Amino acid sequence: MTEVTSAHVPSRVVLNQADIDRALTRIAHEILEANKGSQDLVLLGIPSRGYPLAVRLANKIAAADPTVNAETMVGQLDVTMFRDDLSHQPTRPPRHTRLPLSGIDNKVVVLIDDVLYSGRTIRAALDALVDLGRPRIVRLAVLVDRGHRELPIRADHVGKNLPTSSSEKVRVHLEEIDSVDGVPVNEVVIEAGK
Amino acid sequence: MKHLLSTENLSLFDAVRVLDTAEEMSAVGEREVKKLPALRGRTVVNLFFEDSTRTRISFEAAAKRLSADVINFAAKGSSVSKGESLKDTAQTLAAMGADAVVIRHWASGAPHRLAATDWIDAAVINAGDGTHEHPTQALLDAFTMRRHWSQVNGIESTGADLKGMRVAIAGDVLHSRVARSNVWLLKTLGAEVTLVAPPTLLPIGVEHWPCKVSYNLDETLEAGIDAMMMLRVQGERMNASFFPSTREYSRRWGFDDARLRMLDDLGMKDTIIMHPGPMNRGLEISSAAADSPRSTVLAQVRNGVSVRMAALYLLLSGDSREAAPNVSQSSKETN
Repeated sequence: MTEVTSAHVPSRVVLNQADIDRALTRIAHEILEANKGSQDLVLLGIPSRGYPLAVRLANKIAAADPTVNAETMVGQLDVTMFRDDLSHQPTRPPRHTRLPLSGIDNKVVVLIDDVLYSGRTIRAALDALVDLGRPRIVRLAVLVDRGHRELPIRADHVGKNLPTSSSEKVRVHLEEIDSVDGVPVNEVVIEAGK
Repeated sequence: MKHLLSTENLSLFDAVRVLDTAEEMSAVGEREVKKLPALRGRTVVNLFFEDSTRTRISFEAAAKRLSADVINFAAKGSSVSKGESLKDTAQTLAAMGADAVVIRHWASGAPHRLAATDWIDAAVINAGDGTHEHPTQALLDAFTMRRHWSQVNGIESTGADLKGMRVAIAGDVLHSRVARSNVWLLKTLGAEVTLVAPPTLLPIGVEHWPCKVSYNLDETLEAGIDAMMMLRVQGERMNASFFPSTREYSRRWGFDDARLRMLDDLGMKDTIIMHPGPMNRGLEISSAAADSPRSTVLAQVRNGVSVRMAALYLLLSGDSREAAPNVSQSSKETN
């Protein structure tokens, strides 16, 4: 569906592969700095594109601090069942929730998503977290903050602040899940509204 | 999907989607907080015109885990025993604002009637109608088989089907809605099904079903199977002599201790034994078989809650305004 729309709708690339990589490297160091090290750190990606970003961040954190293992730090948090628009959208099948073996009790949980927009996904994520355990601190890292918040939610770590019009669409293509022939991956694109 | 009435017209895509969703739902049962807010504010009515314990409790647990409100309605002791018709019962429930009706009825086709008429504008889930279908039981059986089959093959169960799995269903096929629903669903999922029963307990037209039919349980076992499903001998529906004696039945078509040993002797170490319950121990299944490590009877009950959560979620969570047929919406407005 992306191919079809991008053929007709004018779009521009706002972050390319190198930009995304630099932004994630900076966020990884910010996370370490804010946490004063990698102690108790758990990265939870929100499906679908938050998870590959969480894995990339964990690898960068592990590269900066060899004492931690990237794999035991990452998890995936599905928020589908906690959304407030379930009865206004077509049915969404739930995705997998997988926590690190250490759990999230008394951990420093960093939620990771690709685009922060209304803030409703993050609200759902906070509700989902409550049912899974009690983290000591919850932070939020996003690749792109495009504004237009509808809830009092703010990201702690932002890859890029992107002023947008609400009629525009922000699309993030990552090689881990968007590898379809003919679609460039590892870039963030703004599509003009209709 | 607006209703879940039968497995005969359930597409492979929908069947796999229910099973995949059930896979995620089963993870909720292992958590400390076994509850999801997905169906908050929705009302699910369990409308049971026929006795049932596990199906009703299973649906109740599923609806409650999704935070829906549950109303249990048993025909005994209700206005139905005063002669109220299905139509009036349905319209009463509609007036109370039911979003989903889980119906078990002794008459085959009652759920279809409820879904096809404008008596009630709710999602209808068939929880067993007469000797016709019992789709959620078939889905939970398929879910149990898929977990086992993907484990045997060393693959991820999410997204998988049952291609190549050999399933034998033995017993009272004639009266069994479970057998009917399973035959259609397992065929859709790619399994090979063999029905085993005495000729008197096979329905007319069984030769047109998408499965093999055998009168001999031992031959079927020797040919090799991956799952053995025993059906309950439904004494309450037997108004004629279908077999000479229960001893003869259990010798020829029951899964007894000798047949349990036969599985080991034939080297079928991965074959599971299934039963939809309630079991007649000593008749269609021996105690040793029911309690053996091969038995999935309790896993089936556990999976039943996950599968029913998936069905309720997929039927109730979508855009209700869009899913409702236009006809009934316009008729509502004119009312």
